Amino acid sequence: MQSTPRPLSRRSFLQITALTGGGLALGLFDSPFALAQGPPRADLSPRAFIQIAPDGTITLMARAPEIGQGVKTMLPMMIAEELDADWSLVRVQQADLDDSLYGNQSSGGSTGTQSNYLPLRRIGAACRQMLVSAAATRWAVPASECATAPGRVLHAASNRSIGYGELASDAALLTPPALASVKLKDPRDFRILGKPQPNVDNHAIVTGKPLFGIDVTVPGMLHAVIEKSPVYGGKVKSANLDAIQKLPGVRHVLILAPAPVAGSIDTTTEPGVAIVSAGIEPGVAIVADTWWQAQSARRALKVEWDFGPGVAQSSDTFAARAAELLKSPPANTLRSYGDVDAALASAAKVVEATYTYPFLAHGTLEPMGTTASFKDGKLELWTTSQSPAEGRSQAARALNIQPTDITVHLCRIGGGFGRRLNNDYLVEAAWLAKQINVPVKLLWSREDDIAHDDYRPGGSHSLRAGLDAQGHIVAWRQHMATYGDGARLVSAAGIDATEFPSGRVPVYALYTSAQPLLLRTGALRAPGHNAYGFVIESFLDELATAANRDPLDLRLELLAATPVPMPAAANGRRMTDSLNPDRLKAVLQLVAEKSNWAARKPAPGHGFGIAAHYCHAGYFAEVAEVSVDSSNRITVHHIWAAGDVGSQIMNPSGAEAQVQGSILEGMSQMQQEITLASGRIQQTNYPQHPLVRFRQSPAIDIFWHLSENGPTGLGEPALPPVLPAIVNAVFAATGKRIRTLPIARSGFSFA
Amino acid sequence: MPLKLRINNVVTSVDLPPDTPLLWALRDTLDLKGAKYGCGIGACGACTVLVDGRATRSCMTPISAVVGASITTIEGLSPDGTHPVQAAWEQLDVPQCGYCQSGQILAAAALLSHTPHPTDAQIDAAMSNNLCRCGTYPRIRQAIHQAASAAAPTAAPTAKK
Repeated sequence: MQSTPRPLSRRSFLQITALTGGGLALGLFDSPFALAQGPPRADLSPRAFIQIAPDGTITLMARAPEIGQGVKTMLPMMIAEELDADWSLVRVQQADLDDSLYGNQSSGGSTGTQSNYLPLRRIGAACRQMLVSAAATRWAVPASECATAPGRVLHAASNRSIGYGELASDAALLTPPALASVKLKDPRDFRILGKPQPNVDNHAIVTGKPLFGIDVTVPGMLHAVIEKSPVYGGKVKSANLDAIQKLPGVRHVLILAPAPVAGSIDTTTEPGVAIVSAGIEPGVAIVADTWWQAQSARRALKVEWDFGPGVAQSSDTFAARAAELLKSPPANTLRSYGDVDAALASAAKVVEATYTYPFLAHGTLEPMGTTASFKDGKLELWTTSQSPAEGRSQAARALNIQPTDITVHLCRIGGGFGRRLNNDYLVEAAWLAKQINVPVKLLWSREDDIAHDDYRPGGSHSLRAGLDAQGHIVAWRQHMATYGDGARLVSAAGIDATEFPSGRVPVYALYTSAQPLLLRTGALRAPGHNAYGFVIESFLDELATAANRDPLDLRLELLAATPVPMPAAANGRRMTDSLNPDRLKAVLQLVAEKSNWAARKPAPGHGFGIAAHYCHAGYFAEVAEVSVDSSNRITVHHIWAAGDVGSQIMNPSGAEAQVQGSILEGMSQMQQEITLASGRIQQTNYPQHPLVRFRQSPAIDIFWHLSENGPTGLGEPALPPVLPAIVNAVFAATGKRIRTLPIARSGFSFA
Repeated sequence: MPLKLRINNVVTSVDLPPDTPLLWALRDTLDLKGAKYGCGIGACGACTVLVDGRATRSCMTPISAVVGASITTIEGLSPDGTHPVQAAWEQLDVPQCGYCQSGQILAAAALLSHTPHPTDAQIDAAMSNNLCRCGTYPRIRQAIHQAASAAAPTAAPTAKK
């Protein structure tokens, strides 16, 4: 998860440049930067947002890293829509990192849609307005009489029209309008947004063109691998460097001994804002003519490690300590109103359960890697970072150079899922390039990737809820055992005081207790929510069963309750619960209708489950249909998903892909775990941390509830409900409740 | 001694140790970047190429084992990217991140070459060893059915799921 991206500054303004040969380039500049630089620079054009060539071809810059979430297609669609471009004449080019021109260039937190929807449309609309002005001047007619059709300006009264390409050189002489003044389309008139547009890189992908970070070639480059300590925090005592140096193709063998890395404790006070560790781990780097030579040399590498205190860590001791914490008085109260213990004592019925979920790796299919070249004090990077500006700062610190001496090229990325918010591999490549003074491509092996991730933190929740005689929830007590130092939790382990059903039950308490952790943790797609959705929505299903009520009705009742407002914090700020209950209710009702929930007919071994969750400004409800055989093998037949991400779906093809992907990732998460023994990660590769397979992929039906709210992102919010929907369906089918993930630890598997 | 490999109908000499995996010969020596490294142990399928028409894990295949064989990579599946599988992949907008897709496409092409009109069960069997981290399986299934229809428009129509 990232902090909210900086919106394009209100002081940003457009600048237009005439291109040699008659085209135009329209760029966006931050005024302080531009003033500091003086008059428009000669090198503006290649980095402008919009370029229009005399032949009418339009080049749009994609500002954010493409990790498979579709922004390289969707963000240019926003510009093209208001420009009234002919999409078939649009070419999209990935921007290099230049936040003075492009604003925030990170990808994370499902923020791309909402942070770009107005700013990028305004840039397109401003350019359209200039093209209309140029046409009106040429025809000597009022601009108000002119309209546009894809790629052309029209004057209906005189039945004239002219292509954008022919107008570009005239428009390039005009003064761009102030961004805030431009008129935007009524979304009902959209021609590009709201229509499925295939990924702009599809042809290059299906023909195997070198698009990805791993595909980069720089003349004269060498290839590097790094052997890191199998125990987190371990340092190199000694290694047989001389022997490795003599192996075929090996050019350099170096010990990485960076300054000790503090853990990844989240020291911010804003809940849900992760601090991403800047540190790189110690190890031995082998640089060779080819990657295979470097990787093969590792077989002969003998390293003596000083493991440090991490060697004492194991999943068994973590679990034992978590159980102790949950039995003890909580260390930290996130929210409490009413007397929860008294309310539980007087409830007609009390339901208790403990839910547990493991550490998880990201396992992006493209392993971590970056290509770096260091020459004359300047660093050039070709990387796969989700937060390249942060990566540049980290590399600058590591190399003791200025960020302005670093050029960062953004490659297409073979999966992000939050892993690439951490730039450790980028810094490693930068460091290596400076040490050896030869361009170098660093590529981690899959085993490196699984063993040196910033893991989704595991955790356990002890839950107790009281029901009255009519089956209404009267009290909810939730105690989370997690990792950290007192009230400061490790990265991505935080839980919001407003987490549902906080404020929506009459009496409530949410506590945390933490144990220390020497391991990097971080955001994994829908961080926090991918675990809490499972815990809370499964437990709600248990309450519905205990109350003998329909789980849909129980949720609708909670959403209808008058919320208990959050108290003002000590610093005077009031944390607000941003959940809009009507939106969650609407998607629950929609998914119930589409899945024919009311008429479902569970049978032995066959069941349906429902769950809903709100996160990243998006609302999703999902129903799962499963069957379970006598060996507890689960077949997920069907998932119905209903989502509300506001008034406008940008690219229906990309949007549905994100929902399908979130659902399948949720299923993968149900069967994965990262465990430690003697400080070592026990999983090494995909077979021990399995992805869901083709034959296990269910039918998925997706429905949109278009609400009168600003459009928001789809990278994450469809994921959390699928885990509890399946867990609840398994209960309906078998009467067995999965409270521990992965499902194998509850005795289940996917067929 | 250099080995001779027949790749995309061109015979090429590579001067590499015979146990070098085909994947790394393709990527780093012959500059064919379409086959991808994903796991290095034949478990994910991102490195899939065709060897005499069979979907093969190039990360686990030493170059010495494919001397004399006909190797097809994604770059050579069709001259211009218009193989029915490639066309269906584009039309149905299959890729998300796209990293696994050259392997998926070659696995699908191999399936269709011997089973022109596969059932869903046959697709399941052929495709379940190619992993996709992004979750493109539903569209891959659609695309294989579409490619099957497109490749043989005069054949009996097949049931589409």
